[in-house]
Amino acid sequence: MDRRTFVKSSSAMAGLAAFGAFTPVRAQGTGPIRIGLLTPLTGVVASGGKEIAEGFNLYWEQVGKKIGNRPVEIFVEDDGSNPDIALQKARKLTEQTKVDFLVGDLLANTGLAVAEYAKGNGIPYFIPVIAADDLTQRKRIPNVIRVAGYSASQMPRPLADYAYKKMGLRKVVTISQDYTFGHEQCGGFAQVFTDLGGTIVAQHWHPLNTQDFSPYIAQIQSAAPDGVFAMETGADATRFIQQWTNFGLKGKMKLLGAMNATDQSVIRTLGAEAEGIISAAHFAEGSDAPATKKFVADYEAAYKKLPSIYGFSHYSAAMWLAVAINGIGGHIEDRPRFLDAVRKTVLANSPLGKQVRLDDYGNPIYDIYIRDVVKRPQGGYWNKPIETYPNVSQFWTYKVDEYLKQPPYSRTFQGIKKS
Amino acid sequence: MTAATGADGLAVTASPRAHRRVGWTALVLAALALVPFVLPGYFTSLATLMLIYALLAMSVDLLAGYAGRTSLCHGAIFGTATYVVMYMTTTAGGNPWLAALLGLVAAILVGAAFAALAVRTTGVYFLLLTLALGMVVWGICQRWTSVSGGENGLRGVSRPALLADPSVFYWFVLAVGVVATLAMWRLVCSPFGLALKGIRESESRMRSVGYHTTWHLFLGFVFSAAMAGLAGVLYAWFNSFVSPSTVALAQSVKGLLMVIVGGVGTLFGGIVGSVLIIVLENVASSFTERWSMVLGALFVLTMIFAPEGIVGKLRSHVARRASP
Amino acid sequence: MSLLQFLNGLTFAALLFLVASGFTLIFGLMRIVNLAHGAMYLMGGYVAYAAASASGSFLLGLSAAVLAVAALGLVEQGLLRFVGGNELRQVLLTLGLALMLNDAALVLFGGDTFSVPMPAALQGAASFLGLFYPRYRLFVLAAGLLVLVALWLVMHHTRLGALIRAGVDDAETVQAMGIDIRKVFVATFMLGMALAGIAGALGGAFLSLYPTADSEILVYSLAVVIIGGRGSLAGAVVGSLAVAMLSTYGQVFFPELSYFVIFGPMALLLAFRPLGLFGRTT
Repeated sequence: MDRRTFVKSSSAMAGLAAFGAFTPVRAQGTGPIRIGLLTPLTGVVASGGKEIAEGFNLYWEQVGKKIGNRPVEIFVEDDGSNPDIALQKARKLTEQTKVDFLVGDLLANTGLAVAEYAKGNGIPYFIPVIAADDLTQRKRIPNVIRVAGYSASQMPRPLADYAYKKMGLRKVVTISQDYTFGHEQCGGFAQVFTDLGGTIVAQHWHPLNTQDFSPYIAQIQSAAPDGVFAMETGADATRFIQQWTNFGLKGKMKLLGAMNATDQSVIRTLGAEAEGIISAAHFAEGSDAPATKKFVADYEAAYKKLPSIYGFSHYSAAMWLAVAINGIGGHIEDRPRFLDAVRKTVLANSPLGKQVRLDDYGNPIYDIYIRDVVKRPQGGYWNKPIETYPNVSQFWTYKVDEYLKQPPYSRTFQGIKKS
Repeated sequence: MTAATGADGLAVTASPRAHRRVGWTALVLAALALVPFVLPGYFTSLATLMLIYALLAMSVDLLAGYAGRTSLCHGAIFGTATYVVMYMTTTAGGNPWLAALLGLVAAILVGAAFAALAVRTTGVYFLLLTLALGMVVWGICQRWTSVSGGENGLRGVSRPALLADPSVFYWFVLAVGVVATLAMWRLVCSPFGLALKGIRESESRMRSVGYHTTWHLFLGFVFSAAMAGLAGVLYAWFNSFVSPSTVALAQSVKGLLMVIVGGVGTLFGGIVGSVLIIVLENVASSFTERWSMVLGALFVLTMIFAPEGIVGKLRSHVARRASP
Repeated sequence: MSLLQFLNGLTFAALLFLVASGFTLIFGLMRIVNLAHGAMYLMGGYVAYAAASASGSFLLGLSAAVLAVAALGLVEQGLLRFVGGNELRQVLLTLGLALMLNDAALVLFGGDTFSVPMPAALQGAASFLGLFYPRYRLFVLAAGLLVLVALWLVMHHTRLGALIRAGVDDAETVQAMGIDIRKVFVATFMLGMALAGIAGALGGAFLSLYPTADSEILVYSLAVVIIGGRGSLAGAVVGSLAVAMLSTYGQVFFPELSYFVIFGPMALLLAFRPLGLFGRTT
């Protein structure tokens, strides 16, 4: 037993001591600005995760990796598409690497886990992609800000409005991945659509990573609605769109997609199957706005592909943070001042070509495009704006107090108006 | 455990060797207790995590090493306790100590249910059955959104206010770990533990000698589930967060890898394995994104070159040197 | 609607049969639960995607997949020899390999979701009996039947097949009779890998390829083999049908229970009838 415990203790000591080598000395006010970027580089959303890093780094490279006279150091950690790992890495970045603030994460549960950690720790955490409604509504955390991000239910509302008023749809079936992000998007859509007088005929919820959509497509065919709203992301989106086409529904029934379903990360590996899907988002890579065209060109030159929402959001977030930090002369150690600057920043040079600001609850207000997937002259497909809804906040046209009184969207509460 | 033997072949306990053993243990414990002073902040939290996973690994070893049943469900049992604690402290708003007790009970109940189904299978089938059972738990946690929070999981402070300070929490986990390790050690050295080893060697022989092997395996499984559950409770207090990934197959695989690398059937191998894997995880991520590749390679290389693990290899090395 | 759902289940069963047949052969003969089988499927799919996209030929993609996976299988086979004899160690080694292959695929192909390009003739829907059904899925069904017939012929009308069947029953006796069981093992392993490659290429066109597809298909394969029984072709057929139908109809009628519909029966069978419906004791 003596040798065993010796091995145990010495390996423990050696292991822990090895970390001594990695503890950096914390700079005070003039040293580099240390940013911790958490992103899923492995796991099911690995491609989106890689684009988060790419978009973020692109901005810093364009400005020479510094803000004012302080150089910027970025520490990228893989959250593995897994909240337990995300927490571990957040701890590592905050307590060992001693970054000044955290940015990133893709999957909602990783973001929520890190937000909880940030709540207890006080470190600023910026979430350009984590769209969980409540983080800027009922469960706001002061040091968690949705810089250059969006909330899940914000985007589908103009789409529902467009579908009812301009496309003349009256009966819609929704199909969605069965988790909060899906519930919130569908809820946003359903509430507006039914308020206008439309009917949600049926709602299908399927587990993440559903291989086979044929059972749902069969049910949709027999329900015969005017249109379908599909809230899908990643591989599910790819499969759904392909199977939709292969079962002969393309062209026969209108397909509306959540912004994630027609995002470049999905359609760049698809062909004509994606053509004609209508979606709504603040970002459309086919937009003619000069700022957007420039951004898309830069991104394509650097990474040989069109930017997705992940790359775009983190590029904008980097820009936002740079503007905020410049505004306070680089003094980010004064956290309240830093957070306040971030909240008050109005992004003038956003790749959207429009000014972006946060509402009082920490979520950006955008002009939202209704987008159509069309063929690009140079090959491939992209989202082109066909209509714009200006100044859409996370609360749509609702009065904030009344809106916050209704429960958060879930499978059981979809905001459907009872007729 | 090689006790000294007297001339008549009977074990003699009061020997200089035994004293040395106690001395070493005390030294090690003292060193571990000093961690928050010597390596504060992040390293203390890392050490806490190592202790928690060491408990999980040892619980796996109880079955894998001593009863010869390799399982892939202990991660699910671990996570079940975590879920119960998180639910009781956040959604149900209860007392954290009561929540911990309930978490432990839940782990034992789940372990008993699994054991009832699994004790009659062996080898690869036992592995696959526990895998399937673990997946059932994962499926429940993913789909029972009203209770488990679905994909988003449950979050909120679940640690008792008494243990809020990271150093205090570390000492608490250390104390619990020491007591649990002692309990497991006593178990494997007891007649019950020896019976388990006998079952590993040859179940039919044990049965022919009159042992009720099914009952032994069942109890052994339940005890190991209790240990895994204990680790799960501590994990809830450590993380203040739980999601389906906590009960996923990957968690069981991690625990199993720790046992294998450390040494199956050595109990303390679980501790060594836990430290090694967590250190590797942390260090590797600073240099490479390819942690999965490293982990996989570790599995493969260990199976080929050192299937008995680090501690196992050391033991045989020591034994070889001791023999004339 | 019922015919549509039935066809969905049937075509999915065909794909599962393709994946699981290789798995069950290896499990049955060599007693190895090859947890890297899913990763082989994924690699095969990716290779088929790359080859078919580059050359424009689906057939070329298919062939490339088979060759690539067979080559990987040869390597795996070699590694497994080091831990020969100990079933559990072999299983864990394959688990390690699965992790490595999965990460290698991420490095080589990235995390985007890819689909093997379907030949033009198989795209779109066929119209019959009043419904539209994807041509490609019918093709997969046909392919599954073809492979089933081919495998049956191999197993019952060739020497290799006889040796495999004998080996599944009792490998030691086969060896005692002077047959080099090692060669039979290698041949079986290659066959299993080839089947995985074919499955990856075919499945990659309608189920798509992405980083966690390997563990998903592995889980299905495990269920098929557990339910059907190892080493049995009939078992693989019955198991595939059971799992596919349970999955398809479960999605329609019990969407809440998605995984239990498969893992429940699997766990129960393992607990009470570990050999599955068609497996045999040694």
